[in-house]
Amino acid sequence: MEPIVHQFPPYREREEHHAPGEHGHHEDIGFLRQYVFSTDHKIIGIQYGFTALCFMLFGFFLMLMMRWQIAHPGHPVPLVGPLLEKVLGQPAANGAISPDLYNSLGAMHGTIMVFLAIVPLAFAAFGNYVVPLMIGAVDMAFPRVNMASYDAYFLGGVVMFFSFFIPGGAAQAGWTSYSPLATTIPTHGQLFWLIGMVLLITSSLLGAVNFIATIIQLRAPGMTWMRLPFFVWAQFVTAFLLLLAFPPLEAASVMQLMDNVAHTSFFLPTGLAIGGKLATVSGGGSPLLWQHLFWFLGHPEVYVLILPAMGIVCEIIANNTRKPIWGYKSLVYSLLSIGFLSFIVWAHHMYLTGMGTKISTFFQATTMIISIPSVIILTCFFISLWGGSIRFNTPMLFVLAFLPMFGIGGLTGLPLGFNVSDVHLHDTYYIIAHFHYVVAPGTIFALFAGIYYWFPKMTGRMMNEFWGRVHFWGSLIFMNVVFMPMFAQGMAGMLRRMSDGGANYSAAVNSRAGADVIGGLSPFIMSLHTWILWGAMCLGLAQIPFIINLFWSIKHGEKIKNDNPWNSTTLEWQTPTPPPHGNFEHTPRVYRGPYEYSVPGHATDFTPQNEPPAGSPQPPFSTAHTAP
Amino acid sequence: MEIPYAIQPRPDTGLYNAKVGIWLFLASEVMLFGGLFSAYVLLRVGADQWPHGWLNVTLGTANTIILALSAITTLLAWVACKVGQFGKFKFFHACTLLLALSFLCIKMYEYHDKLIHYEIQLTDGRIADGHMRENDPKKDYLVIEGRTVTDENDLYDLRAQKNIPDNEINIPRSEIKSMQNYGPWHNTFLAIYFTLTGLHALHIIGGSIVIGYLWGPGSKMYKTNPKQFTNRIEVSGLFWHFVDLVWIFLFPVLYLT
Amino acid sequence: MSESHSVDFKSYVRRCIYVFIAVVCATSLMIWASFLQQVGWPMKVTMILAVACANAFVVAGFLMHLISEKKMIYTLLGFTVFFFAGLMGLTLYAMHDFPTGTQMH
Repeated sequence: MEPIVHQFPPYREREEHHAPGEHGHHEDIGFLRQYVFSTDHKIIGIQYGFTALCFMLFGFFLMLMMRWQIAHPGHPVPLVGPLLEKVLGQPAANGAISPDLYNSLGAMHGTIMVFLAIVPLAFAAFGNYVVPLMIGAVDMAFPRVNMASYDAYFLGGVVMFFSFFIPGGAAQAGWTSYSPLATTIPTHGQLFWLIGMVLLITSSLLGAVNFIATIIQLRAPGMTWMRLPFFVWAQFVTAFLLLLAFPPLEAASVMQLMDNVAHTSFFLPTGLAIGGKLATVSGGGSPLLWQHLFWFLGHPEVYVLILPAMGIVCEIIANNTRKPIWGYKSLVYSLLSIGFLSFIVWAHHMYLTGMGTKISTFFQATTMIISIPSVIILTCFFISLWGGSIRFNTPMLFVLAFLPMFGIGGLTGLPLGFNVSDVHLHDTYYIIAHFHYVVAPGTIFALFAGIYYWFPKMTGRMMNEFWGRVHFWGSLIFMNVVFMPMFAQGMAGMLRRMSDGGANYSAAVNSRAGADVIGGLSPFIMSLHTWILWGAMCLGLAQIPFIINLFWSIKHGEKIKNDNPWNSTTLEWQTPTPPPHGNFEHTPRVYRGPYEYSVPGHATDFTPQNEPPAGSPQPPFSTAHTAP
Repeated sequence: MEIPYAIQPRPDTGLYNAKVGIWLFLASEVMLFGGLFSAYVLLRVGADQWPHGWLNVTLGTANTIILALSAITTLLAWVACKVGQFGKFKFFHACTLLLALSFLCIKMYEYHDKLIHYEIQLTDGRIADGHMRENDPKKDYLVIEGRTVTDENDLYDLRAQKNIPDNEINIPRSEIKSMQNYGPWHNTFLAIYFTLTGLHALHIIGGSIVIGYLWGPGSKMYKTNPKQFTNRIEVSGLFWHFVDLVWIFLFPVLYLT
Repeated sequence: MSESHSVDFKSYVRRCIYVFIAVVCATSLMIWASFLQQVGWPMKVTMILAVACANAFVVAGFLMHLISEKKMIYTLLGFTVFFFAGLMGLTLYAMHDFPTGTQMH
């Protein structure tokens, strides 16, 4: 059968897409309703993806400016310095990054990367596009709520972006926005941050409700829970984390908003002094309360960052080893354990707040326990490679790199989970290295893999393989160049959020007690700043082939020969390309699990989930699948 | 393209989509108000002093009864839809909306009452405390209806005090050191009171808007798709009942303890 | 058909009246408890909260028909209650456990 390969963007609702007898839309619904205010999960997924990638690039630029300032404190930023001064004014006087601007860059880099880039890309973009297809549904359960969630996200992003341009600039109190600093900074950046967060949290909540309801209610006939692709399970648990963990942060944001605007003292203690004078607030509040409420979300949030990535990794490993995933049940139960435990580990971010030994021990215990299912998941992935017929295409390269990179990130989390060692490492560059390893060469690599993997289904064309490999090797090498030295810096005592890279702090410590005291940073440690800066710039250069490849391949990539170019078993590949409105020509019926590769006796080395069992009468309809 | 199980329940779960959706949303709302209640408990346990009797129990009780009644009219509106009695549905949900409006009016009165209640530190060390009756900037005095105390602690536990005087007091502006009204900035109790009840009131308003829409323009769907319309009434009713549930905890926690 | 429907309606109205009476009773009970003189403060709070929980159970059980809901909803609410309890309980515990020799404001 001649495959129908349509040009990207995916579809226009026209008559010829629908089989006779099917109801359909017979008139175009206009550009705005088709592409801007769409309720189709595929369009919304692409909207999320595109917006998230733009924010990721923006967050990357913020980081580059920070790294410049760290390596060359006070020096004007080359190339963009004059532009910065023109746009931002005083904080970027002479094109150099002032400490206040550095703090803004740091706070917004974190906020943008976590809430505007990674979560929307990993959860909302991939989830929206792929999950309904993978479960055999026509769309999400609540399409208009879906559109509302994207609109809220977009608005939140606009608010966050524009906070840079208000007098006083963007938020400066870190992505964690700790009180009392967040309330006592005299500019309005924090206000914009809080409003942006409320919008983003609303978007996430709406999305979470949609995902869970869809996965529970709209699975195709025969798609039982244990036949779901692991990616769907991962999105399901992630949605639960978002649903139940975000609201306390929303409550806390409302309270911090009241502190900022209505001069309440939820988080301001009695006797607070600002600028040497007693603050004219009622007092009686608790800064620790903010920290508890923030981290109650903050910890599940990091699992939100990693779980969809693990889902993508699983799909691509199964597909490119041509064998079933090892330990599907272990993976699912580990995932559920991680989801559950992630709600009761949060205070390991607060070991240095003066908590007593009993409560610290509790959180330390749960933190150690949660590492077990994470290791189980990674182990299952590693074992899945054994005996596989591995295809080293670009998605698989990223996924293979994910495994050791996430391993490094995860293992370096262990000394942070122990109260005793965390006393030494808390708030140092060790932490920055740890979480960046998990998210940057961890999650982001999985997301890159997902883009290369699902691009053909979205557009009908493959991305260029050569430039994909260039992108891969450049990213892998330079991610390590940037983040590996930070472990050394952290262990040497370099603290986070120092706008001059630790120069003044180090000098002060050294002048008091000699050069080898912890916190007194040796010239070697300081010299790593330059190394990291060059690594970051090369990392940025390595993304250029990806960006060009992405856009160029939409129109000029190699056309796929059939609807299932990767010869995959899961349902999203059993649709026309790109999937039309309504996704499947007929409701699929599922007969088997998601990873039936290399089944002995089968003609092909993959058996799609919806292929009728051998010997059963061919149903009157069949969705598109092809033999090699 | 029709989404399955929008009206008929899915056999293995026994639920239709919107019901799953609304319970998920309510779960997140439990965590939202739960976060605020946790904050309340923490702030109260950690406070040196906590006010008692600053809120009018009569008005709070009235609001409790009003909201309970509205929950009942909401349920009956849904039942009316189920049995096909559109007229009854319209009547009951009109009652719901009127009751919601009454709730909000009483709440607004309570807020207003707090915002005209001032604590005035006088230059001779005494504290005047009462409702502002006259505050003409052209005049060199202001008039409150309340009392003066020498010890600030007397202002906190109103339950323990009997026969609190309520006189008209004329205070020359020259004797005023500072003054502040009983807004959320005044102390943590008022802060959490205004925030909790304010967020709750926002939910009342939101719920009223949805129910109002379904009562008005949205009720057209009753003619074209009565089953789906009934489901919408049920789902919005569940939200309304949740809002009532939150008040069932708010009232004792803020007004009675 | 409308006969059985009006019977259904009447039974719902009856149920609603019972619920309303229950809510009024619970509210009165709480108000009475709050004005008790001889009882200690912790006892008062416990009594009031217990009645509030019973009140909530009546509203949730009968008006939201949680009593006849499906297992999926119970599971969801079970997890929610557990996590809420964890949030409140662990936060309170954390704020009141200090290293020996230190104190907390």
